[in-house]
Amino acid sequence: MRRRLYELGFTEGASVQVVKSGGPGPVVVVVRGSRLALGWGVAMKVLVEVVE
Amino acid sequence: MIRVALAGNPNVGKSVIFNSLTGGRQKVGNWPGKTVEKREGFFEVDGEEVLVVDLPGTYSLTAYSVEELIARNYILEEQPDVVVVVVDASNLERNLYLVLQVIELGARVVLALNKMDLAEASNIRIDVKELESLLGVPVVPTVAPRGLGLDELRRKIIEVARAKKQATRLAYAEDFERALSLIMEHLREIAPLKRFNARWLAIKLLEGDNEVVRMVSAVPEGKEVLRHVKVVRRELEERHGDLELALISERYRVIKRIVERVVSGEKRLEASDALDQALLDKYLGLPVFVSLLWVMFQFTFIVSAPFSDMLGDFFAILSERLRGVTGVSYLDYVLFGEYGVLNGIGTVLSFLPIIAALYFVLSLFEDFGYMARAAFLMDRVMRKLGLAGQAIIPMILGFGCNIAGVYGARIIPSEEDRVTAIVTNPLMLCSARLTAFTVIVAAFWGAAGGSVLLSLYLLGVTLAFLVALALRVFILRKSAPSPLVMELPPYQLPSLKVAITQMCVRASLFFRKAGTIILLGLLVIGLLATTDSSTFSFTLDVERSVLASLGRSLQPVFAPLGWDWRLVVAVIFGFIAKEIVIGATSMLYGVAEDELPSLLSQYYDPVTMYSYMVFVLVYTPCIATLAAIRHETQSWKWTAFTIAYEVALAYVLSLLVLALGRALFGGSV
Repeated sequence: MRRRLYELGFTEGASVQVVKSGGPGPVVVVVRGSRLALGWGVAMKVLVEVVE
Repeated sequence: MIRVALAGNPNVGKSVIFNSLTGGRQKVGNWPGKTVEKREGFFEVDGEEVLVVDLPGTYSLTAYSVEELIARNYILEEQPDVVVVVVDASNLERNLYLVLQVIELGARVVLALNKMDLAEASNIRIDVKELESLLGVPVVPTVAPRGLGLDELRRKIIEVARAKKQATRLAYAEDFERALSLIMEHLREIAPLKRFNARWLAIKLLEGDNEVVRMVSAVPEGKEVLRHVKVVRRELEERHGDLELALISERYRVIKRIVERVVSGEKRLEASDALDQALLDKYLGLPVFVSLLWVMFQFTFIVSAPFSDMLGDFFAILSERLRGVTGVSYLDYVLFGEYGVLNGIGTVLSFLPIIAALYFVLSLFEDFGYMARAAFLMDRVMRKLGLAGQAIIPMILGFGCNIAGVYGARIIPSEEDRVTAIVTNPLMLCSARLTAFTVIVAAFWGAAGGSVLLSLYLLGVTLAFLVALALRVFILRKSAPSPLVMELPPYQLPSLKVAITQMCVRASLFFRKAGTIILLGLLVIGLLATTDSSTFSFTLDVERSVLASLGRSLQPVFAPLGWDWRLVVAVIFGFIAKEIVIGATSMLYGVAEDELPSLLSQYYDPVTMYSYMVFVLVYTPCIATLAAIRHETQSWKWTAFTIAYEVALAYVLSLLVLALGRALFGGSV
């Protein structure tokens, strides 16, 4: 799963924008310009740091 | 002949480009030994014939998924003259990841920068010349549904194919490059590996790619090389951690640099985002989904109905006119009889409009971008019930035709989830069973028929979820379906042209793949029903036929369900195709199909008939669906499992329904 997320652009240092997070339930994020739906469980495991 | 492979991410319009490049000249099959569809087509440019192979849509070219391995092995083994990578211009950054991998493979690449209109609409400008020079490959902007840029694409394909070489290389960070040239040094002497691109082999060895490591260790000097690789890897790992992940990051670093110089303008998708706020809303999302589903179905069945009737009637009339022409009774029956060849063709053709309409409307939804949203909306519910969110799509397809549903399940990434979706798909009440049920329901329930039908639909869906749950707990022993990770493509205006092409391709596939089976099934019934069981000569007396004696000998098994031998026979032959059930029943009672309802209501009460329909709903997929299941699971075990569980479930369930019905409504109603 980690490799798959990396290949979709979730590499270290990539910026992630949360479009929709009505959880529990999948969230929608923008990473590298494309919209991805992530299951709640997966999304919870993506380590992020709040910017801006 | 020039050979071209078409690669690209899912949702980039690759199949539209494939269709527009090749027009009608294409054939569909499967990749050898795989469950993935392979499409090939041809076109011609100034006397030069070009073969185009459509590779599966992938985000990457690793050895982890069937699709990616197919795409990668085709480029590697078949070494096509040109690989056209179709990318979504409005989403260049993520799409370039695949481009980099194809370039790494050492292929000669032409980039089709598709969806240029969408990029412009979302305020993105791309410097095509700069992109060409940074990547070192020709770039052609296209808008596939409108045919823009396709002539240019054809020209570039020929140009690159004739030039025979294209030296392009994207440099990674210095320590990676050093490691790569070290490994390449060791690889250089090894003759059996010469046909592969050395740099690609080196990259894959650094990543620790299973397939490549196995390949290298199989050649005599390979072990030696692998030892060197191990040393190089250890050194790099100290600095970068997991090298596979490090190389992915490295590719994205290269991509970032390119994108920064090529793409300008802040991406705006206000319309798309606003639509998502509404369509994915916690409260609004599901009602909208259900209403769109309803629209989809109304369209499928209402639009197709007159065409279906016309085709069926035409062949029926034609058969009747021609009956008696040959003078030989058997031959005459085979050709023009009620279940003869000509009528069979009519039956197959009468399904064509339904399939066509269904795929037309599905293509519009897909193109619009709603299919991914449907999977998103259903993910939580479906997951609780043991299916992946994407499984909603094959389920919807299954309502039209289980064959479509089974093939549609290929969009589910995890194999176990896919098998679950495939094996439970035949429980979706398909249009073939609907035709059979409509006749019965109209006769027994009249105006209330709609709710009776609805109850059967709901029963099928409920059973699908229960079976999926049981499968997960008892057989697959899997704790939960794979987590959802899925792209949501931006919404766009669906293209009518694309939908029409899709419709034609799928309808002709159905005709070729399912048509013969239905035709054969009808012929078998026809012959069994017209062969005398004692003299084995031609007879028009159904009661004396081989078919009747078969039904009579099996009847005791079904006696608890209250059927006579005719219903037994009809069910046996429903195995060949569910829509035959009604036709067979009317033939066995020796009445025309439109007289059947009133006849059935003389023999049976509604409770028995309801239980009969429950049996027909569940008992086994038709042969064509079984063929699809075998195809997609690549396993006779799963195919046999599907028949076994369905027959057992059907028998038990219809007994239960009968008992319950008797308890509630008494002996006859």
